[in-house]
Amino acid sequence: MSAERFGILTGINGNMARVEFKDYVMQNEVAFILHNEERLKSEVIRVTGNIAELQIYEDTKGLRLGEKVEFTGELLSVELGPGLLGQIFDGLQNPLPKLAEKSGFFLKRGLYLEALDDKLEWEFTPVAKVGQGVKPGEKIGFTNEGIFEHWIMAPFGLKGAATVVKIANKGKYNIKHTVAELKDERGNTCLVAMSQTWPVKVPIASFAEKLKPSKPVITKIRIIDTLIPVALGGTYCVPGPFGSGKTVLQQLISKHAEIDIVIIAACGERAGEVVETLREFPHLVDPRTKKSLIERTVIICNTSSMPVSARESSVYTAVTIAEYYRQMGLNVLLLADSTSRWAQAMREMSGRLEEIPGEEAFPAYLENRIASFYERAGLVRLHDGSFGSVTIGGTVSPAGGNFEEPVTQATLKVVGAFHGLSRERSDARRYPAIDPLESWSKYTSFIDSKEVNLAQAVLKRSYEAKQMMKVVGEEGTSLSDFMAYLKGEFIDDVYLQQNAFDEVDAATIEERQKYVFHVLHEIIGSEFNFENKDSARKFFQGLRQVFIEWNSSEWQAENFKKQENLIKEKCKKHIIA
Amino acid sequence: MQKTYNRIIQIAGNVITVEAKDVGYGNLAEISSRAGKSLAQVIRIDGEKVYLQVFSGSRGISTGDKVRFLGHPMKVSFTENLLGRLFNGAGLPRDNGPTLEENMIEIGGPSVNPAKRIIPRKMIRTGIPMIDIFNSLVESQKLPIFSVPGEPYNELLARIAMQAEIDLIILGGMGLKYDDYLFFRDTLEKNGSLSRAIFFVHTAQDPTVECLLVPDLSLAVAEQFALQGKRVLVLLTDMTNFCDALKEISITMEHIPSNRGYPGDLYSQLASRYEKAVDFDSAGSITILAVTTMPGDDVTHPVPDNTGYITEGQFYLRNKFIEPFGSLSRLKQLVNGKTRKDHRTIMDRMIQLFSDYREALEKQAMGFHMSEWDKKLLKYGKAFEEKMMNLSVDIPLEKALDLGWQILAENFEPAETGIKTELVKEFWPKTSSIA
Repeated sequence: MSAERFGILTGINGNMARVEFKDYVMQNEVAFILHNEERLKSEVIRVTGNIAELQIYEDTKGLRLGEKVEFTGELLSVELGPGLLGQIFDGLQNPLPKLAEKSGFFLKRGLYLEALDDKLEWEFTPVAKVGQGVKPGEKIGFTNEGIFEHWIMAPFGLKGAATVVKIANKGKYNIKHTVAELKDERGNTCLVAMSQTWPVKVPIASFAEKLKPSKPVITKIRIIDTLIPVALGGTYCVPGPFGSGKTVLQQLISKHAEIDIVIIAACGERAGEVVETLREFPHLVDPRTKKSLIERTVIICNTSSMPVSARESSVYTAVTIAEYYRQMGLNVLLLADSTSRWAQAMREMSGRLEEIPGEEAFPAYLENRIASFYERAGLVRLHDGSFGSVTIGGTVSPAGGNFEEPVTQATLKVVGAFHGLSRERSDARRYPAIDPLESWSKYTSFIDSKEVNLAQAVLKRSYEAKQMMKVVGEEGTSLSDFMAYLKGEFIDDVYLQQNAFDEVDAATIEERQKYVFHVLHEIIGSEFNFENKDSARKFFQGLRQVFIEWNSSEWQAENFKKQENLIKEKCKKHIIA
Repeated sequence: MQKTYNRIIQIAGNVITVEAKDVGYGNLAEISSRAGKSLAQVIRIDGEKVYLQVFSGSRGISTGDKVRFLGHPMKVSFTENLLGRLFNGAGLPRDNGPTLEENMIEIGGPSVNPAKRIIPRKMIRTGIPMIDIFNSLVESQKLPIFSVPGEPYNELLARIAMQAEIDLIILGGMGLKYDDYLFFRDTLEKNGSLSRAIFFVHTAQDPTVECLLVPDLSLAVAEQFALQGKRVLVLLTDMTNFCDALKEISITMEHIPSNRGYPGDLYSQLASRYEKAVDFDSAGSITILAVTTMPGDDVTHPVPDNTGYITEGQFYLRNKFIEPFGSLSRLKQLVNGKTRKDHRTIMDRMIQLFSDYREALEKQAMGFHMSEWDKKLLKYGKAFEEKMMNLSVDIPLEKALDLGWQILAENFEPAETGIKTELVKEFWPKTSSIA
């Protein structure tokens, strides 16, 4: 590292500072403003002449002109290593529970702690042999982090291939202890510890190749898995007005999705919601692993009242941790709630820099930033031939619930699936309030596409019939149109809607979805004989009751079969063979 | 340290620019002008140019006036003596009491560590059935009251201030009409609740900048009481005025507006206030009820829209009632399972029947034939509006639930309500006449 460089504070506007420097500065390097005993973290975001403009990750109250600023020469980075799982960090990767131990109820400005405990010892098992060549990101050894084999990898920042010179024996070490010594092509020695740091705004790309996502993520939310699926390594967005259930949907997915690791980035949203996850997850059991959910979860939490610039970095912190676990051949799901708050943080900064504004005062580079964030998702083949993935799902909070606004539009351009939430559906208590007609997905479902297509056609026709009925009334509607309407409503009521409070209905496994959807498909594909609209309505109302009962009975249990038979019997009477 | 400067180089709106050195960002200054002394706050420093937001407005300030920097940010006194007192937006007495200067605390302090929050579990009883039964208020909740100008939102706040089972009330008034301020004062005084209340009131005729300080003053004081274990209810009215004051300053400072002239950081500004609502692990709590008037009854207007994304539900005040549809307390499920076993059933069924009533009303308006069932619904709906929705009703939750059963029994047979037999057996009134 070069000698220490200092600058002098010459201007403050909100969370932006102007600093006069002497030697040189690097774009995006981290600097500390020295205010009395406090060291306030900040990042260089623009340089003109000998003036650097810094965004400060803290409250700027009381800062004075002439105060010293120390440049570090390092980009904003996170620490990666065993011990991340189950943690809760702020946007700069400070562990919040530890901060609470130190400073009590309130977050103290300028207090930064090590992300990972460097006293804790982990059992290291070497894999690489002395003399063996390794590429960046290749496995050197491993330790066990909960249920996962946590790889200790050659540093991602390694230039080209390297040779293992020394490697530690199996044993317990802390994360800072050197476990291997590598020599790179140029003959430089590189010491490897169990943890490494990585700049958050640079994607980790130490893998063989990026592949096209094809396998679906099983979220156990029927409307998503069946109609608008998400692929492992894919991206999706969930825009919706306030109160339409975005966060609840994200929480359900974080609980039920069949995935190795979930990273929750609570970005600029309510603290209360994070608290629920925080206090509930340790007590919930993941049915796949039989372990507590918190053991597969990392929470990055920069809630709405925490400093705005750190909000901007929090999504990057989250995605970097996600990429890190992908390097170990794991499937990671990153849930960002909400990307609009992240975009707003960019807008605030852009405004302070007096950049020429784009639409709704968002900066012109908004689309670019959103695109490059979602592009960090992906399914990859690692050097050793195994696969890992990062799937990103971001909620969007459009102003006024209007999807025409810049953040929603920029997001729609780059994601593979769109789960649009609608106020009408949430007002009518039809949860999850995803609009089945407006939403789309470019990925394929695990359910037979013919069956899905039929259901979509029925839903569409039902919607048209419903609109028509609003004009001409029920009296003026033909029995066939009325039947189309009833069938669509039936799909909605018994399949698309899911009761999050019902233990069984809250999550539907793949096998069951296939099975139930097949039964449903037969019903809606059939012709019925009814004398009049009233008898048709009565029939479907009755059938709905049984079907809902079926949904909440345990898969393949006695009651499950009983209800299924009841459905079949009921249908037999009215279906024209 | 406390040097005086007198080179005011710019006066624009309520912001003055003075050339000064060694000034702390966000700190206070005192300006002595012909109009008297006023406080001002540093909102931007650019080299030697210091931008100050003048609390009492820039009218009457001359370029030769003296500016003295105090070396600390805005503070407010925190003592038991605050109780029963009335202050303005600068924290100075509005009543004839003494100025309080002991134990000064900073306002707009840091955010609570999310790891120190707990899941709220305690209900706040207000005596208003539309809140207690249908959308229970929960300690640490932040809820706006969305309303068009002209609705009795201040009356509602005053009722809640008098009736809520809570230790302490802090009223933050922003751009209040003077009459409304007097109304709050007199109503609480008459009722005897003034002694557990503190007022920070900015009236419409006061300088705009003081309006911006009201939420921070109120919440800073609330926070200190909460840390001492008190359950504090903060009532804010009207947050739209607060946002408009933000807009005014932001435009004076030539910030680029984002949506309808409001600054780009409106969400963060509102959130940093609302997020002060908290239930402290092993201490007290802060609950916030804030009136947000909707210009043109438009919920997509930036102020209610941004608010809706921050708060935990909302009450709509419409036609002098708390509208049952659209109003939502997102936290009610955390508390209403533990009150009385018929609570949730009464909440669900009465609202569903009321929704059927609204449909019947529509049918009636369109001149369709009214069935016997429709007529029953119409009768039920009227009774519900008069006895339950009426905001002047003040009864405890249990009485309100009994009243719910009473209304149902007067209008329906048990089977028509779709309520489980077990509950009907226990709660259905034996006689249908009103006591």
